[in-house]
Amino acid sequence: MDMNEIKEIFFQECEEQLAELESGLLRLNDGDRDPETVNAVFRAVHSIKGGAGAFALDDLVSFAHVFETTLDCVRSNKLEPTQEVLKVMLKSADVLADLTNVARDGGSVDQARSAQLIRELEALAKGEAPPAAEAPAPKAAAAPKAAPAPKPAPVAAAAAPNDEGFLPVAFSFDDFGGEEEAVIEHPAYEVVFKPKSELYTKGNEATLLLRDLSRLGEMSIHCNMDSLPPLDQMDPEAAYFSWKVSIKTDKGEDAVRTVFEFAEWDCELEVIAVDAGEGASSESEELPMQPVPFDLSALDEEPHAPLGVVEEEEQIAAAQEAVTAAQTASNVVQMAGNASRAAAADKGAAAAAAAQNNAQQASAAGQTIRVDLDRVDRLINLVGELVINQAMLSQSVIENDSNGVSSINMGLEELQQLTREIQDSVMAIRAQPVKPVFQRMARTVREIADITGKSVRLVTEGENTEVDKTVIDKLAEPLTHMIRNAVDHGLEMPEKRLAAGKSAEGTVKLTAKHRSGRIVIELSDDGAGINREKVRQKAIDNDLIAADANLSDEEIDNLIFHAGFSTADKVSDLSGRGVGMDVVKRSIQALGGRINISSKPGQGSVFTMSLPLTLAVLDGMVVTVAGQTLVVPLTAIVETLQPDAAAIHSFGATQRLISIRNSFCPLVDVGRILNFRATQANPVEGVALLVESEGGGQRALMVDAIQGQRQVVIKSLEANYTHVPGIAAATILGDGRVALILDVDAVVAASRGQPLHLETSLAAAG
Amino acid sequence: MSYLAKNLTSGARELIAFRIGDQEFCVNIMSVREIRGWTPATPMPHAPSYVLGVINLRGAVLPIIDLSARLGMKPAEPTVRHVIIVTQVKNKIVGLLVEAVSDILTIRDEDIQPTPDMTSEFERTFARGVLAIEKRMICLIELEAVFPQTESEAA
Repeated sequence: MDMNEIKEIFFQECEEQLAELESGLLRLNDGDRDPETVNAVFRAVHSIKGGAGAFALDDLVSFAHVFETTLDCVRSNKLEPTQEVLKVMLKSADVLADLTNVARDGGSVDQARSAQLIRELEALAKGEAPPAAEAPAPKAAAAPKAAPAPKPAPVAAAAAPNDEGFLPVAFSFDDFGGEEEAVIEHPAYEVVFKPKSELYTKGNEATLLLRDLSRLGEMSIHCNMDSLPPLDQMDPEAAYFSWKVSIKTDKGEDAVRTVFEFAEWDCELEVIAVDAGEGASSESEELPMQPVPFDLSALDEEPHAPLGVVEEEEQIAAAQEAVTAAQTASNVVQMAGNASRAAAADKGAAAAAAAQNNAQQASAAGQTIRVDLDRVDRLINLVGELVINQAMLSQSVIENDSNGVSSINMGLEELQQLTREIQDSVMAIRAQPVKPVFQRMARTVREIADITGKSVRLVTEGENTEVDKTVIDKLAEPLTHMIRNAVDHGLEMPEKRLAAGKSAEGTVKLTAKHRSGRIVIELSDDGAGINREKVRQKAIDNDLIAADANLSDEEIDNLIFHAGFSTADKVSDLSGRGVGMDVVKRSIQALGGRINISSKPGQGSVFTMSLPLTLAVLDGMVVTVAGQTLVVPLTAIVETLQPDAAAIHSFGATQRLISIRNSFCPLVDVGRILNFRATQANPVEGVALLVESEGGGQRALMVDAIQGQRQVVIKSLEANYTHVPGIAAATILGDGRVALILDVDAVVAASRGQPLHLETSLAAAG
Repeated sequence: MSYLAKNLTSGARELIAFRIGDQEFCVNIMSVREIRGWTPATPMPHAPSYVLGVINLRGAVLPIIDLSARLGMKPAEPTVRHVIIVTQVKNKIVGLLVEAVSDILTIRDEDIQPTPDMTSEFERTFARGVLAIEKRMICLIELEAVFPQTESEAA
């Protein structure tokens, strides 16, 4: 594994940490005061800093360091995580993400912005209000090292960056207690650290942990060797030593615990606050850390921990090394026997609760592995071929064996079930929660709210709804665009909102849910809604509709999806650059999705997108039209019916309507629309598929016959050919022939009088 | 050194020649992926007349072009004796329906004569030169021009 691969892993981890960071901050923003949330946020920044240090990404390290310092103040309850504080932190998370991207892909970041945030973060750490953004920035990029470190106030001391950063430093016992001046004022802790043998087998070492601990302040160590058996009874892989450490530090109990963060599952750890002033004598309650089940995912947090089983020899070597190290350490330390323990029962209880919490989270995270996406895709393709092959095999067996009771037939049925199950499982590998995309939207909202001067709250729901990764990847862009529109055009300025009797803060709500085999994403705002008069006027100005056109509200609303349509009076920085909702609509349609808008004046608009869960397979109705086999997506079909002659009514020269339970529905001959035949077929001889189209309107599609219902693997036509109007994609049927998948929405649109090829030329022109 | 390698290093190239009606054409062999027999294609709506439809090529959807119709001659009536030359240009794969593959030619660049100065559409669009081989005339075809136009080109 070369350096670049390791770096790539680091960046992948960074992405996860950044997501963790953002979701943690958002939870805090919502009033979550669980110390574990703060810890999670801290850990995320900490890990990024650590990794970045290893790759000498200085910008990233220095920014992460300042960020971490401020977070540490929150963690040690010196800084209240108010909305203002969190606003700065969320912005810092954005900058951290930018810095990470730059470190990976090159390019440059907004230096002024990160410098400004560094100042704000430092100010917060010092307990001041963040400096105004307009404050001149005379070279104030203020490398963290240059930050002034005023002496007495503990807050400031905590903020003062630790010069050692994350670089490995040669260990020398002379360093002990070297750097602290105001010793007496620091609270003291007694740490009892008893490693289990697992600690050593995982490659951790007690010496290193104790050395880290020594950086926190002046300390004395006592090694307890009482349990060391005689040499002939000694198990070389067992852990016999424990250490008792008295430490005086201003960093707080959490900092002490953090030292053992990655080892806490493999040792018994007690941290007890000692009342330094009185040297109090009350006996502490023994509250050892609760054993927490070990979880694979925990290993991901510690890149240095070896994955998997260590060779036996290595274990022995590690244990022996630990023994030697322990002896060395115990020779040097002073005896610290009489340091009394003050009970901090409540703290102990909190720690226990946190540990429990930790255990729950650890088990919820489950075990994961990282797999190259190409491998998954290859597997999916192969399974797709398997499904086709299986179908072909079934078909030829049925053709040769008409009685259908032979053992071959039964075996085939089982095979069919198995292939279907394999396919489902493979698809599930690619399914991912929409959470990352939603989190990116949070950032978009923040940025736009900043630029427009509007106050916006983003509410997300159902972010754990899973959908295929390709859908997720392609969702981000249209969603970003829609969110921009919602904030920029949808929401009003705070004054206007107050005047309208709404709260000054606008709400944008993003929800995801599964509905009948599709994922439905809804974006709603509580803004002014669509100004239909303005939209109408604009459409007339742009020659989209005739001046005297009589349009329903729904039709007017849907005008915004037309190409080159923008109602904003002035072209703002955010939206209205000519790429409008038509682009959004097209990208959603390219995903096999539909988008719809409903709007209430004064109350806001709701955009509803319905997308397929996967782009690889589809449940379809196989039908025959003019001798050709077509597949109609099952999701579009409401019902199928056999029309009788009495139900068909001619309407004008060419139109025909079918009456279904006393309502009339236009009849569309698929064969005519696709140019498969020159004249309209007789409806009575065929079957009508009642379909629901994107605009909400129903149409009855005439086909000649229904062959059956089948799951088909979607094959792109565009890969080797080009987009075909009225056709969504192709598939390969059991007989090995290609069948086309009908694009129901396009066919319905064509039946409304929009010629099919016109639409494509529009698409191509855009 | 093999025959092929020797010719390649000395600026030679190989072409695959095929027949449509009484005319012979050729394309660069490096663009040809395989040659297979005719299988009925699934017709496509709204396709140009020279696009016969699509077939299944081991899981990929492959459009089939009637090269005769594409070159402005009379449309082919495919029989089992017809063959499909599967060609690739850039990342697109297209099958060309021809009557028969006739030859594999090894030529030098200087063997290619410029197309005679004519003003027909055919010459300007598809022909990249002519070859005189054993008293036959073989026309070198520009594959990219034969492929169905993509959306971006149409715009």
